[in-house]
Amino acid sequence: MADVVPAKISVPQSAAVGGAPSGALPVEQESIAFDVKNFSLWYGARQALHDITIRIPARKVTAIIGPSGCGKSTFIRALNRMHELTPGTRIGGEVRLFGENLYGLNVEPTTVRRRVGMVFQKSNPFPTMSIAENVLVGLRLNGVRDKALLSQRLEESLHMAALWDEVKDTLGRPGISLSGGQQQRLCIARALAVKPEIILMDEPCSALDPIATAKVEELIHSLQVNYTVVIVTHNMQQAARCSDKTAFFYMGKLIEYDETRTIFMNPANPQTEAYVSGRFG
Amino acid sequence: MQRFFDAELESLRSQLLRMGETAIRQVRDAIKALVDGNPSQADQVIAADDEIDRLEVEIDNEAIRYMNLRAPVATQLRMVIVGMKASHDLERVGDEASNIAKRAIRLSAEPPLKPYIDIPRMAGIATEMLRGALDCFLTGDADKALAICKRDAEVDEINRQLYRELSSFMVENPSTIGRALEIMFISKSLERIADHATNIAEEVIYLVRAKDVRHTDEVKKTSAAQEA
Repeated sequence: MADVVPAKISVPQSAAVGGAPSGALPVEQESIAFDVKNFSLWYGARQALHDITIRIPARKVTAIIGPSGCGKSTFIRALNRMHELTPGTRIGGEVRLFGENLYGLNVEPTTVRRRVGMVFQKSNPFPTMSIAENVLVGLRLNGVRDKALLSQRLEESLHMAALWDEVKDTLGRPGISLSGGQQQRLCIARALAVKPEIILMDEPCSALDPIATAKVEELIHSLQVNYTVVIVTHNMQQAARCSDKTAFFYMGKLIEYDETRTIFMNPANPQTEAYVSGRFG
Repeated sequence: MQRFFDAELESLRSQLLRMGETAIRQVRDAIKALVDGNPSQADQVIAADDEIDRLEVEIDNEAIRYMNLRAPVATQLRMVIVGMKASHDLERVGDEASNIAKRAIRLSAEPPLKPYIDIPRMAGIATEMLRGALDCFLTGDADKALAICKRDAEVDEINRQLYRELSSFMVENPSTIGRALEIMFISKSLERIADHATNIAEEVIYLVRAKDVRHTDEVKKTSAAQEA
């Protein structure tokens, strides 16, 4: 597994947030994380995605926006082959992750999901596990037994998810004892613990209050120093605040994809303009 | 589908157009008061400036409220920004009309220095520019707005001619200095009004094309071409 995350992630949260946009790490301007070409997806007879071609840059935040049912969640699920858990799906076209075909014959879906982590709309910590167990479950399932490494990864991941200070003295308590916002950050820590290259987020703040939302948004901003983040959101202002690039989907098609400031200031397509202005439908 | 906040934006737009109409009328009335030597009409122009000031404050309040509550993006955001900027320009036009009216009152007490030919001509071009800029704002015509920017050079040129002419009056006969200076300032006011009309036209281009043409060759070159 390619490891793009530096071995020691001891960047203090404030420094990571403050210095994230440029200069903290050498910026690979044109590095492409996902290269998606003519990608289509069917649920049985129903086509959910039509001929999507998009290049998602590495170490940037890309927002996917669009009305309900437009295929945005389906699209990001296809980026880590999560849709294969739904029976009767089939695909056409290709998805390359750093040049490698994600749907190649010898590529294991579980390997893909380890490289491409996902955070869901509803926080879903394992109910019977403690905070620490929740974070480390992925590593343990992958056979990591080294206690020092597990302990180091636990702290790192919780630090990165901006949760360490709040839970460091209660690591043995159940994960579901945390508040909604903390649970969502716990799930983000769980996704980060296995050191994925990409973090996919499917409406990660839709069930959170504005304070918890602000914390997750700050986290997204700090993550882009080391990670490629793809976020699905219904909140236009969130997309405008957090992302570098924005893709607008409608009825399973990619309508427009550009720099976020262009999408929100001067979109090329009238449908995009109507959607971001709240005049859609 | 028309949403309720589209109506709010529509109201902002019509307020701006009303402000524009008032500003144009103020300039015309001020010039008429000057040419007719009619101080009571000039008084009316000065008094009516309050209406323009009131509209500016109203538009600002509406625009700030809209940005605060509706978080506009894309065309809507540009519309609100342009609405605010254009209303400041129109408020300045109103102030210049007041200035002209004040000078018209002073000039009406003395014999005319010369027949007013260039001043009404300048005022005609400046108000045409204002009218054109407002029409472009209404219709979203960026090409026409660019053509308006280029007319600014015509007004600048008349202002320079008048300056030379009035300077020679003052050199030849120092008793004309007071009146010549008043006319010079009136000419300068009209030149500023044309500048504000140009600003509004540039703002319309930004509204329609999301492109900032201020101080760019696109505007400057067209002005130079006009002069040539």
